[in-house]
Amino acid sequence: MSVAAPPVPTRTYRRLPAWAPYAVLVASLAVTAGVLTALNGFTIASMFFVSAIVYAVAITATSTAVEGRRWATDRLATTLVTFAFLLAVIPLISLLWIVIGDGVERFGPTFLTTDMVGIFGSMVEGGVAHAIVGTVYVTGIAGLISVPLGIFTAIYLVEYGRGPIKRGITLLVDVMTGIPSIVAGLFAYTMFLVIFGPAYKAALIGGIALAVLMTPYVIRSVEEMLKLVPNELREASYALGVPKWLTIVKVVLRTAVAGITSGIMIATARVIGETAPLLVTVGTIQAMNWNPFDGRIETLPVYVFRQYAQGGPAADRAWAAALTLLLIVMLLNLIGRLVSKFFSPKGGR
Amino acid sequence: MATTTPPQDQSRRGTGERAPGRLGNVIFKGISTTSGVMILVTLAAVAIFLLYRAWPALVANAEEFADVSFIEGNLWEWVAPLLFGTVLAAVIALVVAMPLSIGIALFISHYAPRRLAQLLGYIIDLLAAIPSVIFGLWGFQWLRPLVEPLFAWLSSNLGFIPLFADYTSPARNITTGGLVLAIMIVPIITATIREVFLQTPRLHEEASLALGSTRWEMIRQAVLPFGRSGIISAAMLGLGRALGETMAILIVLSPGYAINFFLLQAGQHNTIAANIALHFPESSGIAVDALIASGLILFAVTFGVNMLARWIINRRAEFSGAN
Amino acid sequence: MSKRIDVSDLNVYYGDFLAVEGVNMTIEARSVTALIGPSGCGKSTFLRTLNRMHEVIPGAYVKGKAVMDGKDLYAPHVDPVEVRRQIGMVFQRPNPFPTMSIADNVLAGVKLNNRRISRSDAADMVERSLTGANLWNEVKDRLDKPGSSLSGGQQQRLCIARAIAVQPEVLLMDEPCSALDPISTLAIEDLIHELKNDYTIVIVTHNMQQAARVSDRTGFFNIEGTGKPGHLIEMDDTTTMFSSPSQKATEDYISGRFG
Repeated sequence: MSVAAPPVPTRTYRRLPAWAPYAVLVASLAVTAGVLTALNGFTIASMFFVSAIVYAVAITATSTAVEGRRWATDRLATTLVTFAFLLAVIPLISLLWIVIGDGVERFGPTFLTTDMVGIFGSMVEGGVAHAIVGTVYVTGIAGLISVPLGIFTAIYLVEYGRGPIKRGITLLVDVMTGIPSIVAGLFAYTMFLVIFGPAYKAALIGGIALAVLMTPYVIRSVEEMLKLVPNELREASYALGVPKWLTIVKVVLRTAVAGITSGIMIATARVIGETAPLLVTVGTIQAMNWNPFDGRIETLPVYVFRQYAQGGPAADRAWAAALTLLLIVMLLNLIGRLVSKFFSPKGGR
Repeated sequence: MATTTPPQDQSRRGTGERAPGRLGNVIFKGISTTSGVMILVTLAAVAIFLLYRAWPALVANAEEFADVSFIEGNLWEWVAPLLFGTVLAAVIALVVAMPLSIGIALFISHYAPRRLAQLLGYIIDLLAAIPSVIFGLWGFQWLRPLVEPLFAWLSSNLGFIPLFADYTSPARNITTGGLVLAIMIVPIITATIREVFLQTPRLHEEASLALGSTRWEMIRQAVLPFGRSGIISAAMLGLGRALGETMAILIVLSPGYAINFFLLQAGQHNTIAANIALHFPESSGIAVDALIASGLILFAVTFGVNMLARWIINRRAEFSGAN
Repeated sequence: MSKRIDVSDLNVYYGDFLAVEGVNMTIEARSVTALIGPSGCGKSTFLRTLNRMHEVIPGAYVKGKAVMDGKDLYAPHVDPVEVRRQIGMVFQRPNPFPTMSIADNVLAGVKLNNRRISRSDAADMVERSLTGANLWNEVKDRLDKPGSSLSGGQQQRLCIARAIAVQPEVLLMDEPCSALDPISTLAIEDLIHELKNDYTIVIVTHNMQQAARVSDRTGFFNIEGTGKPGHLIEMDDTTTMFSSPSQKATEDYISGRFG
């Protein structure tokens, strides 16, 4: 113990206090507001973007001065990543804002229960009853086709398929997810044109088009859910002498039923707003059509598009119809999530 | 509830006298396999029916299109600018959406408080649920006025660069269309990237942090290299989606048939999908065939892009140590 | 109602890979047979071949004979589903069906097979099976609660109740206590003692004390190295196996020199 220990080389980092970013943020906002007002350029949008840039520069500069370059880079990255998220939330909020704001004007029970017969020019009456019926038909037909097809394909992929055929089908399902919606519309159109001739128009055609788009979504989500069912449950069932198909129906599907229901509802929400394929298949009409197998039919998305294109008082109807559509989509999503949250089996593990 | 044979009855037990569920197994497996094969059949049917109806237009010469108001020259001369516009809009969308998506994915996977992360994921997923026609309305009504001052500023200050030359209001140009597309593809890209980021081995991250890295250095060292191929394939998926989007472009863009890079000028470009939606309802005869032919070309392009994306993902799955 | 099983020259393959080779074994009726050995020696694989559960794994197959009271389990016309109805199984981790109540879990073998059963028969079966599994007194007041609400040890006894509800001839247990705490393990071991009055039991275990405590006969499996097939080294009365085994490898394993 005669030799004195050499000084231990410790580096101490000087860090900004936790409140510093907020202080810089407030300062940035104040400076930006002042400058923009002085230049007569004050709007919410310019305020947001300019102050974001000012803040990013200011926090990086402050941090460089106090903490050094490495921490400054870290702060800049944090700032940019957070802004990226906020930037993505702005469209969502502004979209909900204008759809609700412009939509409530015409939205109401009357709007939901009348059709467009006898509405022309600058008349502000009229509604979406016929379009809602059409959307229900078209989406219902799509669901009737794609739900069983999707569930059984998923069962094939998870429970039976193996080897190159399984890999091939998995790949094609992925590719099918990427089919442009208008191509699905053209497919349904040409198929019925070739088989039934040009005179045939019906909700059925639109339903087929949407089924092409909906099936891969259903397969994907059901497949995920079936994979979540632990193999131990299948084995427990086999060990009781239950045949494979009954095991799938009564154990695997039963255990996954909440997730499957939720997946189907979200898949429905995805296709219910498809416009392009319906534009080329079912067309548009002013009146109610109760027959899904004959005649043109109006659908909500097409209605939104047509009315908006007309402009004037029709544009207000377009916004109200957009609000209707958005409510349906959000409701389907919400219920879907709630179903999977509350009805999934709560396993011990 | 009739009291039938209780299970302990020995008479049911003999081997072979009854094959329990064997018929059911065969039927059930048959239905499942048929459904799987139906996917194959459907995709083939899409290609075959489109090709069947597009064939007359594919082999037609320029004179046969003389009566069609919106086609000049032969099919290829007509499709080329549309294909250019389609790719241009999709690329603009991708350029905007990629950094944004990587940022959002990082925010959700590595920055946001863990309890909040799932909720934030839902919020981004909600964007994916909004119908494209509503995005179109939003783009026209909200985004267009918002970007007009920006475009005017770009054009007057950087107008010497051809890209930004000669902006005139309203902003119904390919850039605005691309921006709307960008917002629409952000959710799908984010979802894919987020999955990959969350798979980053914790050990790599902790090893990096243990060396005294800042969070950003850890992300650069551990997360981004691990997720590179995932980011690439997410970009391809987003590209595939952007190529096929119809309504947003149809509503926002003022169409034209030019091949140029005047990003801020209206009436220069159009996309295949929007063009079909624009002309299809009023067309007949060879015009319909031509539109279907353009749809077939779009199908082929998106098919190729999606196959490429999946190929990259699958290759990654084989080589990653994540499993 | 229990039966003996004679296994002769049994090989188990996973695709091209020979996992277990040349097993000859007699499993006596109304007794407990324990299978011990180091990890990966093929004892669980072998156990699964006794009720053809290995066929769930793609590419797995068996050569050789397994005969239960004169009936070849692998004869061409025999349906594996039929075999599994006579030879029940309890797994390593308790796996009650999460969507079913306790009572429905016991009745699973009947209900999943779409068989009808009257309400009183069902009640009888639930009580008899749960009593048989030493669980009746603990759960009789909450039969309609989900099976996953029970503790791990209770869940495992529920799984045993579920297996004996269909009245099998033989009960296979694949490390039934390895996921349980010592108290629950004791409960299961007590149960095994009682069950052997009615059933033929084959139990795979890592725990040699457990094998010594519960079994009448013990078989020792071993493997020479990774990639090599597992073999049945020796099989004898449990007392003999643990006091004076005839093979060196058995003695080394039992005395803790390897494995």
